[in-house]
Amino acid sequence: MTESNAVVNPPANPPANHPADPTFPSPTTAPRTDRTVAVLAGGLSHEREVSLRSGMRLAAALRGVGMSVREWDADAALIERLRTDRPDAVVVALHGGEGENGSVQAVLELLGVPFVGTSAAACRRAWDKPTAKAEFARAGLDTPDWVALPHATFRELGARGVLDAMVERLGLPLMLKPDQGGSALGAQVVAESADLPAAMVSCFAYADTVLAERFVEGTEVAVSVVEDGAEARALPPVEVEAKGGVYDYTARYTPGATTFHCPARLDDAVLATLQETALAAHRLLGLRDVSRMDAVVDAAGRVQILEVNVSPGLTDTSLLPTAAATEGTDLGALFARLVDRAVARG
Amino acid sequence: MPVPEPLRPSEIHVEHGRPVERFAARTAGMTASEIRALFAVASRPEVVSLAGGMPNLAALPLDTLAHEVAELVSRDGQVALQYGSAQGVPALREQICEVMALEGIHADPNDVVVTVGSQMALDLITRIFCDPGDVVLAEGPSYVGALGSFAAYQARVVHVAMDAHGLVPELLREALRTLAAQGVVPKYLYTIPNFHNPAGVTLAVERRREVLDICAEYGVPVLEDNPYGLLGFTGRIYPALRSMDPNVLYLGSFSKTFASGLRVGWALVPPAVRDRLVLAAESATLCPPTFNQLLVSRYLTAHDWRGQIKTFTEVYRERRDAMLAALETYLPEGSTWNIPDGGFYVWLTVPEGVDTKAMLPRAVTARVAYASGTGFYADGFGSRQLRLSYCYPTPERITEGVRRLAAVLEAELDVMRTFGSAARPRPSLRGPQAPSPDTN
Repeated sequence: MTESNAVVNPPANPPANHPADPTFPSPTTAPRTDRTVAVLAGGLSHEREVSLRSGMRLAAALRGVGMSVREWDADAALIERLRTDRPDAVVVALHGGEGENGSVQAVLELLGVPFVGTSAAACRRAWDKPTAKAEFARAGLDTPDWVALPHATFRELGARGVLDAMVERLGLPLMLKPDQGGSALGAQVVAESADLPAAMVSCFAYADTVLAERFVEGTEVAVSVVEDGAEARALPPVEVEAKGGVYDYTARYTPGATTFHCPARLDDAVLATLQETALAAHRLLGLRDVSRMDAVVDAAGRVQILEVNVSPGLTDTSLLPTAAATEGTDLGALFARLVDRAVARG
Repeated sequence: MPVPEPLRPSEIHVEHGRPVERFAARTAGMTASEIRALFAVASRPEVVSLAGGMPNLAALPLDTLAHEVAELVSRDGQVALQYGSAQGVPALREQICEVMALEGIHADPNDVVVTVGSQMALDLITRIFCDPGDVVLAEGPSYVGALGSFAAYQARVVHVAMDAHGLVPELLREALRTLAAQGVVPKYLYTIPNFHNPAGVTLAVERRREVLDICAEYGVPVLEDNPYGLLGFTGRIYPALRSMDPNVLYLGSFSKTFASGLRVGWALVPPAVRDRLVLAAESATLCPPTFNQLLVSRYLTAHDWRGQIKTFTEVYRERRDAMLAALETYLPEGSTWNIPDGGFYVWLTVPEGVDTKAMLPRAVTARVAYASGTGFYADGFGSRQLRLSYCYPTPERITEGVRRLAAVLEAELDVMRTFGSAARPRPSLRGPQAPSPDTN
């Protein structure tokens, strides 16, 4: 049971195949449930705790459909475990760092262990936010204007001049975030120029490069993409309404601190665009099996991609499980189908 | 496998939303926090954690204890595994009085209430004394677990500063005078006189009488928390405040002198407080764990517990020395720290402008963890301070941890120099730093 404040909004007249329509064709293929799966969770990133929560939830869901599940940390014992107690497939529930930058995936590829999720090469593209944003922009997908700069640039060219240029180009408020990582760790909205230097210092505590983005006022939405059938499909968009106004770490992981509306309280056309955009981003970056796009729908109804995640959160308050529950998809069955796919891929 | 039936919208809303909507308002601060999330990484062996206050149990005679546990089950299992008195096992309460006698306390076992760690006694005493909005005085900084209890009962904390000799009597008087002018009488002064957590300082003997007299003058009870008193490195044992004044509410613990996992602590309080405390304890836990109490009792009877405490202090002194040497060797100019002569902690002030809470992610990336200073204040102070614990890691790991911390500080100073003096303190980490095994 999730403890989030999930509010399901039945659209008045759901269009055909609308995700909120209970007849939406979620895959009906029964997955194999006699497999042994290793869920990797923990790791050494700043998101270790979130990952442990995701792993616990996923392991329970997979056990719920009859799978035999191992729960392993990504530590020095992992390779030996994979060799001596080889599972049919691995599900990477690591967040941040080696779990999303392709490192763990590269090791799994080296060992020839099937795993659910994106290849190492594509992980690397998606993980680096400025790289992914450049890809979106090149493909004509809207993403807020940005600049990504390492600390060395500020030091060598002079912080004041660079900050002034940032504000002139991107305006205020500015969204600052580490160029890599998730769970809103280190992210902050800066409304005044005078607050920028201190905010930069805080942000550089998380990463060597800071991504500064034009702040887009609007509806925050997340769209998960899963490939649990013949082709990739988008789950119903989830709207995020943080009670404190900011969807920060506390709002993300404190049950009740955020109300999730699913599907988002937006026009059907916008909902459809959100799903198309999430699918386009998924395909553009070569993502596989599962991903989540975080976006803002601005006042004009335009979908602006903030980022994509190759390892979406699966905690009790996370967005993908909320979307899956809304359409009546069991999380364990969903991932069992993804495991089938990983095993078939080899 | 059949596709599950879609949930009806109302089902999702009811199941997911209702419990959290019924939480009490006073728990609003009990939220997920970035700082606690970062501590999750500190538990990994790759990280040198100088954050936690975990006692070092390596010196315990585990084989002997295993024998005691087996004997306890086979000989006294019917009693050990049964409910017991809400006030605690009488024999243990007598032994607790012997332990307290080392610090000059003459106590009646009838005034001792055994609790699940002294944390529970602290929590229950706060429950008994504090209504929402009441004022509690505490040293600044103070024990994070105490601040957590005060917050849970919605008490307001007024900090009184310390110097190298502990709580400053003049400042205590000034705080009481200011509060009195507002018509406020604090419910008690919470103080850790010996080897303070987190400040590492000890209240000078010549100040002890004065602190008691000032509190008596203003009619404010003193709540003395003394988990570290027997862990001095010089062999000197300071007289407890309770030894000077029978009205002092006293908290003691076996967590640091024996085994923290047994969760056996106690309160020594005047009879009127005792009766209410026992009733409160009864409603919280019915009784403290009988098994654990009997194990502590057997340990105190059959073993050289004084010798064991001496062994512990030698272990901690060696680690303290390693930390002080490393701080001297590696830390950048502008850093200052105290030299504790007992207990677990060094309180470090870093160069001006550094915000230790905002710096924590950088430290975790560098595989070292500490407890940032703001967690030890109820009023947001302490951003330039941090607590380092030397109790648990080996001397070699302590040296390595301090070396990493120094590099983290240098990198932070480098970024600060880039962004200049315009950088106003503005911590990026949000959420409470509630008590946990990482910060206790």
